[in-house]
Amino acid sequence: MESGALGKTYEPGEVIVRQGEVGDCMFVIQSGRVEVVHTGDGREVQLAIRGEGDFFGEMSVFEREVRMATVRALDPVRVLTVDKKNLLKRFREDPSLAFRIVENMSHRIRELSERVASAGTTE
Amino acid sequence: MARRAGLEISLDIFERRDFSTVGPGGCNMCGGIISESLVQTLATEGINLPPTVVERGIDSYVLHMDEGSVHIETPLHEKRIGSVHRGAGPRGLREKKWGSFDGHLLDLAVGNGANLIRGRVDEIVLSDGKPTLGVKGGEASSYDLLTVATGVNTSTLKIIENLGIPYRSPKTTATYISEYYIGNDLVEKTLGSSMHVFLLAMDRVEFAAIIPKGDFISVCILGHGIDDKVFHSFLGHPSVRTCFPEGWAPPPDHCHCAPRMNVRGAVQPYGDRIVFIGDAGASRLYKDGIGAAYRTAKAAANTAVFEGISSAAFKKHYAPACRRLEFDNSIGKAVFLVTKELQRRGFERRAVLTMTAKEQLKASGRRMSTVLWDTFTGSSSYREIFIRSLHPFFLGTLFRELAAALVSRADGWTVPSPKKSPPAEVSQ
Repeated sequence: MESGALGKTYEPGEVIVRQGEVGDCMFVIQSGRVEVVHTGDGREVQLAIRGEGDFFGEMSVFEREVRMATVRALDPVRVLTVDKKNLLKRFREDPSLAFRIVENMSHRIRELSERVASAGTTE
Repeated sequence: MARRAGLEISLDIFERRDFSTVGPGGCNMCGGIISESLVQTLATEGINLPPTVVERGIDSYVLHMDEGSVHIETPLHEKRIGSVHRGAGPRGLREKKWGSFDGHLLDLAVGNGANLIRGRVDEIVLSDGKPTLGVKGGEASSYDLLTVATGVNTSTLKIIENLGIPYRSPKTTATYISEYYIGNDLVEKTLGSSMHVFLLAMDRVEFAAIIPKGDFISVCILGHGIDDKVFHSFLGHPSVRTCFPEGWAPPPDHCHCAPRMNVRGAVQPYGDRIVFIGDAGASRLYKDGIGAAYRTAKAAANTAVFEGISSAAFKKHYAPACRRLEFDNSIGKAVFLVTKELQRRGFERRAVLTMTAKEQLKASGRRMSTVLWDTFTGSSSYREIFIRSLHPFFLGTLFRELAAALVSRADGWTVPSPKKSPPAEVSQ
């Protein structure tokens, strides 16, 4: 069955994207899990864990900034790379394709807002 | 999309094929390649293709010409092209290991609320302007919108042409597809994760491909008047033999078909409350038919959800998507004229092979490789391929290689390549 596995496989601990690097693609997880970590002041903070069907690295499709976090494989993970150029061309032809990404980003903003709010309450 | 727009719709899908059936009864007769761009787009939509459906992930192409072969790898070394069987598998399948691609999509649609009606549509009429459909032995039902996604190998399009609407079905050409069982291990050994494409100096053969798929090898030939004689002469060509195990001979009984494929889009693939998508409407020339079906389906759905289902709405918002495909196909015809020219002259073939092979030794600047990759994979439009082939660096290098090939001797010439795969052996 593995002959039909699309994407690229990463071993646990292997870095898929590195904080500070310039990105020109996003990734869709086909199987397994990854962790998203941010390093600042020499300290590493886990921001999220993403699993099958989730995507990451989508900010580089919309911004010309460097990657703001590192993404590492937690399990043997299979990931499909989606090229920025291909995606932008498809958005131009079919803007509704962006709905799912926008929905997902909106969901993440909501999650972050709730975390900030709850952090404020506990202080 | 309708759900996101707050639109309540009910969807009936008429499908006579049972995709769990092995052989022609469950097959939609197709090469079964999911292009790189479609794999990425579907993943963005949330439709991931599992390894239980994709029979082989493809990360490279091998271009075969009479003078030699060259291996073209994707820069990312990632499997982003999928080979699938549209049904449960060819006649002669010994063990069901993979599911049907069409069955997988149908299950997703049903899982999202579509209602599946099993049966062949044998009656289509317009009643008070609304399409009414009936299946054999069932009651006819009336619909607000009829989306025709039948392909071109069906008599249903003739029924629709007789409805008195301006629609005329697409112009088609015959293709020839054969499926040979050799077992997963031998497929891995002989073809690996590469699709093999052939530009050979053979009469009537315009383009041919050999695709690894699970336990099978699929052979697809496009051209004019392809018959058994042409097909067997193709199978006997020395370049083609390298794709099969040593000593292999085509079995007398194997699954094969000669389906028609769209080479010019339909006339007015829309009307009031009716729209034609995929091959029945517009497609891409010689490649990525499934990708074209997805794009036309999305354009039709966007129109229906956001603009309406009148002929005027489809004319304004759906027809441009079909026109874009048709315009690109006209450039594609020019691209294939050039490849036809390449098939004729030995020195041109040697120049292309040398240029590509040299590029494969480098990490960047792979201009010929990307032009060939995109021509055969369907990853880019023909327009983009054409524009890229006009780049001065591309033309300069090509002319230099052409001049070198013209003055060099043909005998003893080999493709400059660091890689040579050992010949495959029969182990069964």
